[in-house]
Amino acid sequence: MLQTVALRGSRGQRQLFSDISVTVKPGTLLAVAGENGSGKTSFLRMLCGLLSPDDGAVLWQGKDIRQLKELYCAQLIYIGHLNGIKDDLTPTENIKISAGLAGGDSSSEIVRKALEAVGLGRSTHTLPTRVLSQGQKRRVALARLWLSTRPLWFLDEPFASLDTLAATYLTQRLQSHLGNGGMVVVSTHQEIALPTDSIQHLRLSR
Amino acid sequence: MGINWFKYSSPQAFHPLAGKMIPWFSVAAGLLIIIGLYIGFFVAPTDFQQGDSYRIIFVHVPAAWMSMFLYVIMAAWAGVGLGLNARPSFMMAQAIAPTGAMFTFIALLTGAMWGKPTWGAWWVWDARLTSELILLFQYIGIILLRAAIDDLRRADRASAVLALVGVVNVPIIYFSVRWWNTLHQGASVSMTASPKMATTMLTAMLIMTVGFWMYSFAVTLARVRCVILDRERQPMWGNQTSIQEVAEAR
Amino acid sequence: MSQPSMSEALGGVVRRDLLLAMRHRSDVAMSVFFVVIVASLFPLGVGPEAAVLRMIGPGVLWVTALLACLLSLGRLFTADYLDGVLEQTALIPQSLAVLVIGKVFAHWVVSGLPVVLLSPLLGLQFGLDGVTLGVLTLSLLLGTPTLSMIGAIGAALTLGLRGSGLLVALLVLPLFIPVLIFGAGAVTSSVSGIGSEANLSLLGACFLLSFAFAPWATAVALRIALE
Repeated sequence: MLQTVALRGSRGQRQLFSDISVTVKPGTLLAVAGENGSGKTSFLRMLCGLLSPDDGAVLWQGKDIRQLKELYCAQLIYIGHLNGIKDDLTPTENIKISAGLAGGDSSSEIVRKALEAVGLGRSTHTLPTRVLSQGQKRRVALARLWLSTRPLWFLDEPFASLDTLAATYLTQRLQSHLGNGGMVVVSTHQEIALPTDSIQHLRLSR
Repeated sequence: MGINWFKYSSPQAFHPLAGKMIPWFSVAAGLLIIIGLYIGFFVAPTDFQQGDSYRIIFVHVPAAWMSMFLYVIMAAWAGVGLGLNARPSFMMAQAIAPTGAMFTFIALLTGAMWGKPTWGAWWVWDARLTSELILLFQYIGIILLRAAIDDLRRADRASAVLALVGVVNVPIIYFSVRWWNTLHQGASVSMTASPKMATTMLTAMLIMTVGFWMYSFAVTLARVRCVILDRERQPMWGNQTSIQEVAEAR
Repeated sequence: MSQPSMSEALGGVVRRDLLLAMRHRSDVAMSVFFVVIVASLFPLGVGPEAAVLRMIGPGVLWVTALLACLLSLGRLFTADYLDGVLEQTALIPQSLAVLVIGKVFAHWVVSGLPVVLLSPLLGLQFGLDGVTLGVLTLSLLLGTPTLSMIGAIGAALTLGLRGSGLLVALLVLPLFIPVLIFGAGAVTSSVSGIGSEANLSLLGACFLLSFAFAPWATAVALRIALE
C-alpha cells in the first residue's frame, strides 16, 4: 500500500501542490489529472523518490520511502515523460539491459515476447531505436511493463503518442496488473477504460 | 533569561536579530582593526633583517588565517544544510563565500607586496602562496557554480557539495604543493623565517585577527539579510507576512 | 522481489556504456587524436632542443592527458540525463555510488585508457628514455582513473547547466592539481634519475582516496541534478 501524507511540492520558487494525502491500495489505480504545469510530473517523481517533498512524506507499507531507499526502488517501475531508452541501441538491447539492471529475467525469448506484446513487429527489434517513430519509441519504453514482477507502477502520460491499438494493449496490461494486486499511479488527460471501482481520481490544481 | 535559539533558525526571525547585531560587530571590527594597525605600524619594532617592509605581515597573516577559517566554516554550514536540509544554513554558506574569497585575495595581494622587497619577485611558487591561490580558485568555483544555477534549491545543494569536496582537497593540495615545492627548489624561501616573534608583534596580529573576525560577522550577517530579502521577493514562504511588511510596520 | 546483485547492476551499466561507445567509435578516436595533436604542438612552440623537451616533456604530457580528460567529461552523464536513462539509473535498487563507479570505469576505458596506451609513443617525441617511458605509462595508468573519478563530481554538479563545459573546467581543475603534481613529479624524478617510487605511491594514495570519496559525492550531486 502506498500512502502520501500532507505532501507539498514546489518547482523552483513556485508552489505546485500542497497537503495531498492519498492512499493507493493493492489492485487500484490512481489517475492524476490537472492542466499543464499543475505538477503531475513532479508528483509522480516525488512518489518515486526522485524529488524530495517540501513537506510531508510518502509511505510504502507504512514506512517512509526516504528510509527504505533501495528496498523501495526494488518495488517500483517508473516510466517518465522521457523514455529512458538509448537511441543508438536496438529495442532488444535496450529492454534486455534494463531488464538485467532491474534484476529480472532478461533472456532473449522473454524480451522478444515483451516487445511483441506491445505491438512492435520483429522487423523493428534489431533496428537502432533512433530510426523508430515517437510512438514506437514509447512502445519500447512501455515494453518493460511486460517483463515486470514489481507491484508499483508510475506512468507519466503513458498514452501520449500511442495509437489506439497500443493504447488497448496498455489498458489490458494495466488491468491484468491490477488483477494481480498491483498498484498503478498514472498521470493522464484521457479516460482509462478500466472498471471504475478500481480507479481513484486526483486532480491537481493551482 | 532563557532565549529560544531555535526560534532564530527561521529566516523571518533571524532577519531583525541580525539587523540588531550588525552595528555592534561593525564598531568592534573598526576599533580592533585601527588598534591592531596602530600597534603593527607604529608600536612594533622594526625588523633588523627586513626593515619596515615586514609590517604588511599584520594584514597578510590574519587575512590568510581568515581565508582558511572561513572556508572551513562555510563548508560546515554547507554540511549542516545538506544533512538537515536547512535553508538558513545554505544562506550562511552563501553569505560567507565572498568574504572568504576577499580575504584570500588580500592574502595573495599582500603576499606579493611583501615578496617584492623580500624575495625580489612579486610572485614566488612558495607552497603557502600556491595553496592560497588554489583556495581562491575554489572559492571562485563555488561562487560561479551557484551563479550558474537558476533553481535556488539546486544552487544551494550543489555548491554545498562542492564546498565539502574542497575541504577534503585543501589539505591534500597543501601537502602536495609543499612536496612539489621542495622537490623543485629546496626549502629556500619560507615565511616562517623568524622563529621567535616579539610579543608586541603577536599581540598586534591577534588583535587584527579578532578585528577581521568581527568584520566577517558584520559583513556575513548583512549579506544574509540581503539573501533573505532577495529570496523573499519570490513567493517562497507562501502567504506568511513578508519581512518587508514587518520592517515597514516599525 | 526482483533486485539485481551488485555485480549484475555494475556489469549492466558498464556493458551498456561500452556498447554505446562501440557505436560511436569516432568519439574514442577524438580524445586520442586531441592528445597527439596537443603534445605535438609543444615542440613546435618551444623549439626542438632535446634537453629542453626532455625537461618539459613530463609536465606537457601530463597536462595534455588532464585536458583530454576534462574535455571528455561532458559526455559522462549528459546523454543519460537528456534521454532519461539517468533517472532510471537512479531508480536501480543498488547504491548509486556503485553504479557511478561503473559509469566512470566505462568512460575511462574509452577516454583514458587509449591515452595511457599511447603515452610511450608520445614520450618518444620528447626524448624520454626507456625507464622513464615505463614510469610515464604507469603514472598515467594510476592517475587517469583518478582524474575521471574526480571529474565525475564536477560533471554531475554542472549537469544540464548553461555553459557547463567551461564551468566544469573551473570547478575541477583545482581538484586535479595534486594528481598533476604527483604524476608529473614521478616522471620528472625518473628523468633526473631520482627514484619515482614516492610519487607513484602518493599517486596510488590519491587513487584510493578518490575511489573512496568521489563516487559517493558524485551520487549526491547526481541526485541533486535530477531533482
